[in-house]
Amino acid sequence: MSSPVGVLAVQGDFEKHLQAVADVGRTGMEVRTPEDLARVDRLILPGGESTTVGLLLQRYGLGEAIRRAAAEGMPLWGTCMGMILLAKEIEARRQFTLGLMDIAVRRNAFGAQVHSFEDAVELDGFERPLLGVFIRAPIVVRTGPEVQVLARYGDRIVAVRQGVRLGTSFHPELTEDRRLHEWFCRW
Amino acid sequence: MAATFQPAKTWREKVGLAEMLKGGVIMDVVTPEQARIAEDAGAVAVMALERVPADIRRDGGVARMSDPELILRIKEAVSIPVMAKCRIGHFVEAEILEALEVDFIDESEVLTPADEENHVDKHRFTVPFVCGARNLGEALRRCAEGAAMIRTKGEAGTGDVVEAVRHMRTIMAQIRRVQSCREDELYVLAKEMQAPLEFVRMVRELGKLPVPNFSAGGIATPADAALMMKLGAESVFVGSGIFKSGDPARRAKAIVEAVLFHNDPKRLAEISRNLGEPMVGISAATVPPEQQMAVRGW
Repeated sequence: MSSPVGVLAVQGDFEKHLQAVADVGRTGMEVRTPEDLARVDRLILPGGESTTVGLLLQRYGLGEAIRRAAAEGMPLWGTCMGMILLAKEIEARRQFTLGLMDIAVRRNAFGAQVHSFEDAVELDGFERPLLGVFIRAPIVVRTGPEVQVLARYGDRIVAVRQGVRLGTSFHPELTEDRRLHEWFCRW
Repeated sequence: MAATFQPAKTWREKVGLAEMLKGGVIMDVVTPEQARIAEDAGAVAVMALERVPADIRRDGGVARMSDPELILRIKEAVSIPVMAKCRIGHFVEAEILEALEVDFIDESEVLTPADEENHVDKHRFTVPFVCGARNLGEALRRCAEGAAMIRTKGEAGTGDVVEAVRHMRTIMAQIRRVQSCREDELYVLAKEMQAPLEFVRMVRELGKLPVPNFSAGGIATPADAALMMKLGAESVFVGSGIFKSGDPARRAKAIVEAVLFHNDPKRLAEISRNLGEPMVGISAATVPPEQQMAVRGW
């Protein structure tokens, strides 16, 4: 029997990811402590507020535990805030991140909530486009040599992959399309 | 690819932002400095106000939307979402707040209502709204008008959690009642609750409100915040409780942690230590009827 799929449940829309994980036939598990993390075989970092979650990751040793698990090859996927937390660098801000992907991100790249939107996004390796739900979304403004760009929206980078680490600006968990969850759960 | 840009007019983006705020604390702030303290403490959003509810209560008079200048300065000060309040039914204040690009509008009973019959038609706005409720019928009426988030009203500005508890327990009990009744009893139940039938059906299917359900009104300590989470709140608003206390930065941080660890009494004990003076508060039971905020709106 395979280990559960972890969803970082510090703050944000983790319930939506747990539902999506269940929809693709896997057992999801809320991860709040290093002990929780030890029981899962991969981790999804959901949408939420990066300042809030960053603070709590630092305060309770969970951030360090995620870095150790990543070093041992645990697959990680960050959506929106999750991608910010995985980034090495945040443009024009000093703020805690895990620094696990060689990318720089721009927070709220499209502006305030009234500029949130949804639209089709074509992702490398996927036949049909996905519905991208962008909510106060970040974009990637710099990628290192090991980072593969999976999707752009116009000229903005909105999905990236580095080995078994995945980052998306948008929220597949808020749609009914489960292709990305299916894909990530196979890694 | 063709980028056909569609602004957030859809339900998904509105409720989506509310989803992102789950498991967090939204703090009332009256200055950019307070907003930064809130952000540094781990708030998921701030509510930009001229006066916190405790001061509105003390000062009396008509309470209105805050000065746009203040809201803009607070927006500049932080990277987290900024909310602001309009009066119940005052759709022009709401239009102004939308033009200021606040991230969420609270159509709030804390301000003096502008319309005693109609709430704002929230469907025609791009910005999402949060509204207060004391029971399931009220919550669903607000959802029907387009609210993307519901919060229990509690009794704002008292520092007394009793009304927030009453409202959350009422909503959760009524949800259980909707779930346990027969399909053919929903019509009368909807009539009794004065709630639209299709929304009552939705509650029956989901076992919860169709939008995130937060708590507000009287939360002053980490234990209060944890209590509301355990009763079913998905996040908490803290108004006067933080910046009317002795050590706001510390208390703010503690309340954020208490929401995260609401199921862990040992951690809560640690979190609650040495926080300095809480807001003094007034017992909600002693607030005369004409000064009660929760009864505003219907």
